[in-house]
Amino acid sequence: MLAFLGYLSLVLALACAIYATVTAIVVIRKPDAAALESARRAAFLPFLLLTLSSLCLIALLVTEHFEIGYVAEVTSRAMPIYLRVTALWGGQAGSLLFWAWLMSGFTGVAMLRKWDEDRELMPAVIVATMVTLGFFVGLVIFIENPFALMWQTTTGEIVQAMLQPAATLPFTAQDGRGLNPLLRHPGMIIHPPMLYLGFVSFVIPYAFAMAALWNRRTDASWIQTTRRWTLVGWLFLSLGLILGGRWAYDVLGWGGYWGWDPVENASLIPWLTATAFLHSVMIQEKRGMLKKWNMVLIILTYALVIFGTFLTRSGVLSSVHAFAQSAIGPLFFAFIGITFVISMALLFREWDHLRSDAQIDSLLSRESAFLLNNLLFVGITASVFWGTIFPMISEIVTGQKITVGPPFYNQVAGPQFAALVLLMGVAPLLAWRKASAQQLGRMLMIPFAVSLVVVIVLVVLGITNPGALLGFWITALVGGTTVLEFVRGTAARMRTSRENAFVAISTLMARNRRRYGGYIIHLGVVLIAIGVVGTSFYQQETQGRLTPGEQMTLGRYVMVYESLDEFMMEDNRQVARAVVGVYRDGQRVGELYPRRDFYFDSQQPMTIPGVRSSIEDDFYVLLVDWEEIGASGATFKVYLNPLVNWIWAGGIVFILGTLIAAWPDAQERRRTVLAAAPVRP
Amino acid sequence: MRRVLIGLFALAAFLVVARVTWAQDGGPVTDDEVNRVAKQLYCPVCENIPLDVCPTQACTQWRATIREKLVAGWSEQQIKDYFAAQYGERVLAAPTSDGFTVLVWIIPPIAVIAGAVGLWAFMRRAVQSAPTAASTPSDGEAEIDPYLARLEQELERRR
Repeated sequence: MLAFLGYLSLVLALACAIYATVTAIVVIRKPDAAALESARRAAFLPFLLLTLSSLCLIALLVTEHFEIGYVAEVTSRAMPIYLRVTALWGGQAGSLLFWAWLMSGFTGVAMLRKWDEDRELMPAVIVATMVTLGFFVGLVIFIENPFALMWQTTTGEIVQAMLQPAATLPFTAQDGRGLNPLLRHPGMIIHPPMLYLGFVSFVIPYAFAMAALWNRRTDASWIQTTRRWTLVGWLFLSLGLILGGRWAYDVLGWGGYWGWDPVENASLIPWLTATAFLHSVMIQEKRGMLKKWNMVLIILTYALVIFGTFLTRSGVLSSVHAFAQSAIGPLFFAFIGITFVISMALLFREWDHLRSDAQIDSLLSRESAFLLNNLLFVGITASVFWGTIFPMISEIVTGQKITVGPPFYNQVAGPQFAALVLLMGVAPLLAWRKASAQQLGRMLMIPFAVSLVVVIVLVVLGITNPGALLGFWITALVGGTTVLEFVRGTAARMRTSRENAFVAISTLMARNRRRYGGYIIHLGVVLIAIGVVGTSFYQQETQGRLTPGEQMTLGRYVMVYESLDEFMMEDNRQVARAVVGVYRDGQRVGELYPRRDFYFDSQQPMTIPGVRSSIEDDFYVLLVDWEEIGASGATFKVYLNPLVNWIWAGGIVFILGTLIAAWPDAQERRRTVLAAAPVRP
Repeated sequence: MRRVLIGLFALAAFLVVARVTWAQDGGPVTDDEVNRVAKQLYCPVCENIPLDVCPTQACTQWRATIREKLVAGWSEQQIKDYFAAQYGERVLAAPTSDGFTVLVWIIPPIAVIAGAVGLWAFMRRAVQSAPTAASTPSDGEAEIDPYLARLEQELERRR
């Protein structure tokens, strides 16, 4: 019953999306306020319908309806309630529904906004969003239906369908297979929604960009209208990436946080173009330049968001993330291709109208720094994209599948990232239009001196790897210039307003959220970069077999194997849990419990590390193997990850900065209104 | 099924090598030495998980094979070549730079350099065609935000 209700609301949501699209197209051809209002309401309805549909599926998941194929696939009787709820996005069909639901939420909110100033954009926005939403809802209805019931044929085969096929009997599974153990982790409860939210929210700026193109509006108003959407989408995408890294570190058990897995790349690639977009729109807002380029970037971001979903959901690659595979690949491919061609055609139609209002005045200016920033972001995007799709190209061309793994990305993208971080420190010091080299030199002097001192200290401390020294030098320089920006602003404010330092810095930031939020994000990147340099160049590892009482040494740490227990947990997994004592410089600093969980329902093992964290490093212990009988000997793999916690700390700073930059701001509203006034020459 | 097959393959390989191992006198090989090689290999079943941390049976077998090869005195490169010959180039963490796969390595640098050259040409042209009136440095942000303009003035005075 619930299954039919859920399915029916899916069908109704698709009908609404189609109706809204068709009506909006009619309105575009022949303006009609009443019809437009009707289209707007129809575009809002899918949110309510998909909410109902998702609630139905959650209810089915929670109440052990094992006659539903999807429920049997991703839940089992032993799973706790909260995991059954999160199983909504634990498999292919459910996650597509979840994607569509989140997107309907975003488009729903967009439909509710005040459309007084830009009502002429609305029909095209409705078309762009509803076509995307309709595509996903269509996939859920026709290809990956989470509500399909199971039926057994006379030959014993199980088929899935909503209505009973001929010569079959209803089939109910005794128990479900259960959620993939990799997904039974708190990080996995929050990571996919964040990523999906980030993905779907870029549909809104894309839709506004397309509407601006369609209506031949060449000003930056679509950028200002969608600025907050873009920032919020970017915030979620960043959060998704950071949480994904943390999840990998806690759950995948290989001592790292980023493996250049194709699915990780799929979420990084749109983030890269979105970040380029966030930077280059500033030039358009301030100088009326790069109008075409910004269109290209938002079209690319949209295409790459769909491409990312395609990579993770189509099974075109198999990797740790691609849990589900199905035949939806060609459909996705066609959708990406068609929307991309239409978007680019719209852009080319307006090509001559999107002329710059201003020129680049100097090679040394904020504008040129932004262009270089865009070159690097797009360069990294192209490199990562190329590496990600190359195995498929190789398979098509030569028939041989190959692996493009970390060595490729480290060598190709690594230097570009380093250049980008360096630019991040220098660019904010450059004036708009034309910067003077002397002024730049003067501002760089102190941070440069500080960074040299840092390098000398590091050399004295015994760090000699040139790559690591270069990395630490860049982070010190960039950290220095960024902090100096705060110091300069605060000092000036203290002089003019006679405020104390604390009040001065908070007023400074409150009045320029976007600028200083941006700098805080930059500081977060510096912290992350320090962690990346530390772990990339100085990770140590060792492995060995110990009997109880024996010890192994890694760096300043000594680990003593104390005992091992094997026991069953009530959620149907067997746990082997070791107890090891950890000593640092001879002092006992704690006890760790590395373990291996074996899930019977899905027949999969999970290696959960025991980690001792400090600001300096992580001591990360994996239980690799043990002898079943007597449980005497056990093999451990131990990692020493220097500075890894700087990455997580940097992630928090990064998110904080994004929140500051995105926070609603009365001042900005006034400025936007001023800027929107027609003052173009 | 594939896993079983690979396991059997690995076992067969192991037995072949084991004879060599017994024939020669290698020193003891530590887990770390095995992992150093295993880190650079990926088994075809558990894609995207390096061999040194992969928990499956097949991968355990592969690590045993690496150990035997090391005991037999093989070099890292020999072992990698052996696995690539046995199971295809996909077992290597990154493609070699010969034949078709050279494309994966050369396209990104070419693209980035071409982009840089294009950007340079674009900026040169833009700067040359820019009106000379723009030679006075100014701050775009300051134009929009009077508060920032004051801040910048203040900073200018301090210098």
